Amino acid sequence: MSFWEVTVQLADGFGVTLLLFGITLVCALPLGLIITLGSMSKFKPLRWLVKTFVWIIRGTPLMLQVILVFYGPGLLFDWPALPRMTAVIVAFIINYSCYFSEIYRAGIESIPKGQGEAGQVLGMTKAQIFFKIYLFQVIKRIVPPMGNEIITLVKDTSLARVIAVTEVLKAAQDIVGLKSIIWPIFYVGAFYLLFSGILTLLLNYAEKKLNYYNG
Amino acid sequence: MAFLDVKNIEKSFGKTDVLKGITFSMEKGEVLAIIGSSGSGKTTLLRCINFLETADKGSFTINGETIFDAQQSYSDKEKREKRLHFGLVFQQFNLFPQYTAFRNITLAPGLMRIKNSDKKLSAKEKSAIQDEINNEALQLLKSVGLTEKKDFYPCELSGGQQQRVAIARALAMKPDILCFDEPTSALDPELTGEVLRVIRELKGDDRTMIVVTHEMNFAKNVADKVIFMADGVIEEYGTPAEVFENPKSEKTKAFLAKSLEKI
Repeated sequence: MSFWEVTVQLADGFGVTLLLFGITLVCALPLGLIITLGSMSKFKPLRWLVKTFVWIIRGTPLMLQVILVFYGPGLLFDWPALPRMTAVIVAFIINYSCYFSEIYRAGIESIPKGQGEAGQVLGMTKAQIFFKIYLFQVIKRIVPPMGNEIITLVKDTSLARVIAVTEVLKAAQDIVGLKSIIWPIFYVGAFYLLFSGILTLLLNYAEKKLNYYNG
Repeated sequence: MAFLDVKNIEKSFGKTDVLKGITFSMEKGEVLAIIGSSGSGKTTLLRCINFLETADKGSFTINGETIFDAQQSYSDKEKREKRLHFGLVFQQFNLFPQYTAFRNITLAPGLMRIKNSDKKLSAKEKSAIQDEINNEALQLLKSVGLTEKKDFYPCELSGGQQQRVAIARALAMKPDILCFDEPTSALDPELTGEVLRVIRELKGDDRTMIVVTHEMNFAKNVADKVIFMADGVIEEYGTPAEVFENPKSEKTKAFLAKSLEKI
């Protein structure tokens, strides 16, 4: 198989990788914020419930969660299985929302209490205090840890092959298996590196843009 | 009838009684300085008046209108409306770091008068209100001597300048009574003067102010009345002359002796 043919096949697989990455990110970013609100709620049972959920999700392997979402409904309730890609996306969104939620929480709790109090004595509503005062400061503070998670997500997409979703790594393994050549599996590394390199540049740019003030 | 009438405010945190029945009143245009050692409850008193803490007992009125009564519970909206009778300048300034000095001042008035307005405003009305708010903000910046710092971010300003912006920000909400919580305690000594001067100038504008302070000279020279607090009670109350020259309580005497000690 020529280099070009391998590249085309891997690019196909990488399309799946990007799709999984993009959908997970777009859905998990806002969902994580909702989970944060739950885990910081003044209503104890809700807080307890959300914290337990986050503990379970963070305490078990993502691979296991992918398997569970795909096979679980059928085994437990005799429901038809979700399409493979959908199952992977659902598991990824749930998993990453929980990680994001903890980063948001750390960000929110790192803002000095005086910021909220200043908003209060100026007659702002709770929502205005959150959106006009906190949110921007939180975003500025969490770009570095978020960058970590986002880059990890790029590589975690390779777990999708556990239920036979052909992302880039499985595409390479298929070639290795069928054609008895080993190098495509290493070539995959270049795809990951290139993409995470672009993301790093974007994240650095965002960090720089947000750095127009200190504090 | 006094302008502000505070009756029997009590507040405890857990088992610690921080305020043990605080009663005082003040007239419109008066400057009241509250002095006392750390832990005497003066900051907590200010925070109760500004609804940042909820007093366990007691009440206060402005112009006879009840603003707070511990026996009643208030919704968030009611609290928001009632607390606007007061403004508060914090020890740590608490400016919003992502906004310029100008935006720090205009943000809250804009939200209150445009977003939180009960009636629907047309686009034209909105921009008229915004223009008015902007003009007022420029006036305020001028009055605290920071016109040329309008577009600076808080991190680009000195502590004294930040505190002056914070004072302008509080004034933009047009409070009946402006409160200061140790406004110069976080400042380098050479910067306290500019902040105290601004506060003294406000007195000339006939503003009613409550200033919690460690600056004895300020209390002596600027305040109309002085309260000395110790262990959650008002130990001494009177004109600066009465409190500083002729204190009655032993605690006041001991405190003043230490505070005015020359090294």
